[in-house]
Amino acid sequence: MRYKPIIGMEVHVELKTLSKMFCGCKNDPFEAKKPNIYTCPVCLGLPGALPVANKKAIDWTLKLGLALNCQINYLSKFDRKHYFYPDLPKGYQISQYDLPFCYNGFIKTNDGVVRICRVHLEEDTGKLIHTTVNGEKVSLVDFNRSGVPLIEIVTEPDIYSSSQAKEYAKKLYQIIRYLDISEADMEKGQMRLEANVSLIKEDSCQLPEYKVELKNINSFRFLEKAINSEIKRQIEILEKGKTPAQETRGYNAEKNQTFSQRSKEEAQDYRYFPEPDIPPIKITNQWLKAIKKELPEDIFSRLLRWQKDYQVRSEFVENLFETSLQADWLEKVFQNMRKAGLDSGKLVNLILHKKIKVNLFQDQPEKLVDIFKKQTVIEDVSDDQLKGIVKQVLKENPKAVEDYKKGKTTVINFLYGQVLRVLKKKVEFERVKKIIEKTN
Amino acid sequence: MKLNKLNLKQTLKLLEKKEISLEELYDDIFQAIEEKNKELNIYLYVNKKALEQAKKMINFPLKGVPVAVKDNFLTIDMPTTASSKVLENYYPQYESTVTKRLISSGGVIIGKTNMDAWAHGSSTETSDFGTTKNPRNSVYSPGGSSGGSAAAVAANMAIASLGTETAGSIRQPASWCGVVGLKPTYGRVSRYGVIAMGSSLDCPGPITKTVEDAAILLKYIAGKDENDSTTSSLPVKDYLKFLNKSIKGFKIGICYFDLPQLKDSQVNQSIKKAAEVFKSLGVQVDYLQTSEKLEQNKVISPKYAIGVYTVVQRGEVSSNLARYDGIRYGKGREFFGAEAKRRVMLGIFGLSSFLKKEELVYKRAQRVRTLYIKNFKQLFKKYDVLISLTSPSYALKIGSSASSPMFGELQDMLAEPSSLAGICGISVPCHHDKKTNLYLGLNIMGDYFQEEKILQVAHVFEKSIVL
Repeated sequence: MRYKPIIGMEVHVELKTLSKMFCGCKNDPFEAKKPNIYTCPVCLGLPGALPVANKKAIDWTLKLGLALNCQINYLSKFDRKHYFYPDLPKGYQISQYDLPFCYNGFIKTNDGVVRICRVHLEEDTGKLIHTTVNGEKVSLVDFNRSGVPLIEIVTEPDIYSSSQAKEYAKKLYQIIRYLDISEADMEKGQMRLEANVSLIKEDSCQLPEYKVELKNINSFRFLEKAINSEIKRQIEILEKGKTPAQETRGYNAEKNQTFSQRSKEEAQDYRYFPEPDIPPIKITNQWLKAIKKELPEDIFSRLLRWQKDYQVRSEFVENLFETSLQADWLEKVFQNMRKAGLDSGKLVNLILHKKIKVNLFQDQPEKLVDIFKKQTVIEDVSDDQLKGIVKQVLKENPKAVEDYKKGKTTVINFLYGQVLRVLKKKVEFERVKKIIEKTN
Repeated sequence: MKLNKLNLKQTLKLLEKKEISLEELYDDIFQAIEEKNKELNIYLYVNKKALEQAKKMINFPLKGVPVAVKDNFLTIDMPTTASSKVLENYYPQYESTVTKRLISSGGVIIGKTNMDAWAHGSSTETSDFGTTKNPRNSVYSPGGSSGGSAAAVAANMAIASLGTETAGSIRQPASWCGVVGLKPTYGRVSRYGVIAMGSSLDCPGPITKTVEDAAILLKYIAGKDENDSTTSSLPVKDYLKFLNKSIKGFKIGICYFDLPQLKDSQVNQSIKKAAEVFKSLGVQVDYLQTSEKLEQNKVISPKYAIGVYTVVQRGEVSSNLARYDGIRYGKGREFFGAEAKRRVMLGIFGLSSFLKKEELVYKRAQRVRTLYIKNFKQLFKKYDVLISLTSPSYALKIGSSASSPMFGELQDMLAEPSSLAGICGISVPCHHDKKTNLYLGLNIMGDYFQEEKILQVAHVFEKSIVL
């Protein structure tokens, strides 16, 4: 029997605001020199402490929502989500339940549109550290991360393959970096990927009655591999006529296997209710207008436009920049190149392959035209002059010549370099290569 | 005369004129504490450095006067327990906004007063450190949950005090102890640094010997707080300016006089007595019928408020107490008393989604809550203030609450609708029973952020009533 995967994704992203979500503490858990130095009554959950929402974090959530083609809830609120864990000092997480800031968005992938059902804002938890102190096994809590603003982006089950999941996650990452609202470093847990994976029979169009949540995935590659290995595991179970258990599974990259972490047979009751300490938030037209004004051109439209306007290919140029400010710089460069009748596509390739010396995003964009000209335009050298220099170089490098004769052809790159060094001008590789071959 | 018997205004005046010294004042205060605290169990902690601190305050508006503070306000140099063993010997790392403002205005915390544990109750009997006795008659309860703060004022162990109210917890003990208790509009006074009970209801406020004293204290503790998003940025008024204005031509609506529990009771006579006083002052007084539903010029029955309040407040309690897990501070959960456990369980029930067929109990309660808000908004279009009895009875004898877990709710029934709506109210003594030496209080309720109006009406009433 053939099965098809049904995948939904939940992605958490830590915002890089200066201060935390509900207090004035510094939001910098990774650079903190010691545990528990960026803490206060609010993020430690001390008696009587009250949260005050970070306006910037709300701005950025709205920004991301708009970039993800979402609708905005003009009346939004925070809610308390209750569960017990030692890294959650209040016994509840301030999150959003039925009125997230943003809803009904989408990201287009090559394999179809992935609908985003919600983008909401919440707070991160502290971190548990299991270690040994004075020979005793202990669990310690570091609250530096407690209360860091966290956005959650949830999709509909619109993803049908591991590669589509990977593409979705990459595109989401690109958008987040482009808006420059998070470093989204997965190694640091600033972006956390979760995939809900289940299988249905290929001809069925009903949602499966179970779902397995995959966690602990810290790269796009592992996301793809984890989903593949999970699909394999589930097929094996289904082929035996059984149903995979509803559970949360981690991913072990070394073994390329998922492993059970926690059963989810019984849905946990989080006892959500509106956070009484923070009044509901009205998103006014004026507020939204200001956000829209700040919002850069959509990254994917921009890449397409660049292809048309400057003949730079998206798959190359997208590796060159992350933030919209960097994209603005590149755009200025391309405009200047076009004016000077030069090839922006070639410039992009040279930069990517480090064949041209530029201070990316720092040089004046106008200067790039000159730099490009200087470092790429072939200068006039006569054949005789070139032959003389080749002879000289070969004479000075007998060992290399010998190696070459023995069949070590890569030595030619070294010799080419030596020729350029003496010549102090740029000539084409093929031309020099021919002369070297002839001279021998 | 003993100086501890002075009210706040008199004390400030005499200190200003240098007719009394802080030493003399504190001598009498400490003497009263020494003599009676053991018996009455008002203070859980007495600030021995109070006089020393007061001397530095003489040039500030409150001149170093001793103010008793309920033990759910966090205070840096004094333990803060909310009368629960869970927080026994807990020293906070920061100061509540209200006590900070009190201190920076020249007030001195003379001690931390007993209360119902976590403010769960109306008698102080749920305190893990023993009940407080009513200074007017020690066989009786002082009421609660701010029973210690009301008793401290009544016993002249402080010049004034601070309490908190979720529903009735300032006004009811003020009524039972024969003092003045002001519950400001929700959001008028900061909750930052007050151990949370029902977060959408909690409201700190003054308990004093006179209405004027309440006006003085409110001015210093009220106002926007950057640490409490639910505080209003409306400017704080100069409440004293309104006190001596005439209330002639005011319209007053009387609520809850026709409740079956009150209709034939002796205490209901005092509401009629109050009505006569107001009439003699040129005020139009209307008796407003209680109704089972929202109707023009009628008052929705407070009996629904009990249910709404129980679900909303318990739900919030179950959430607010979750942090007391004993991991970072305080003692473990096994130290919670029976009442707290009961409230947590009931709260969790109301917030649980397992009753899938029905609407969330908490949500339905909030919708009924909106009806009370609408009702008050309608009534305040017509009436300047609304009045009722603060409590349906005189102080009850100590021990009479133990048999009934709903004791607090019945007592607070008259305060709950206004607390749920978040409007302001003040309790001022309206009757004194000579035989028992106990008091009844009149609850004067006003529209949102119209504290000046209830203070004005209460002040005139206080001057005109013969107790």
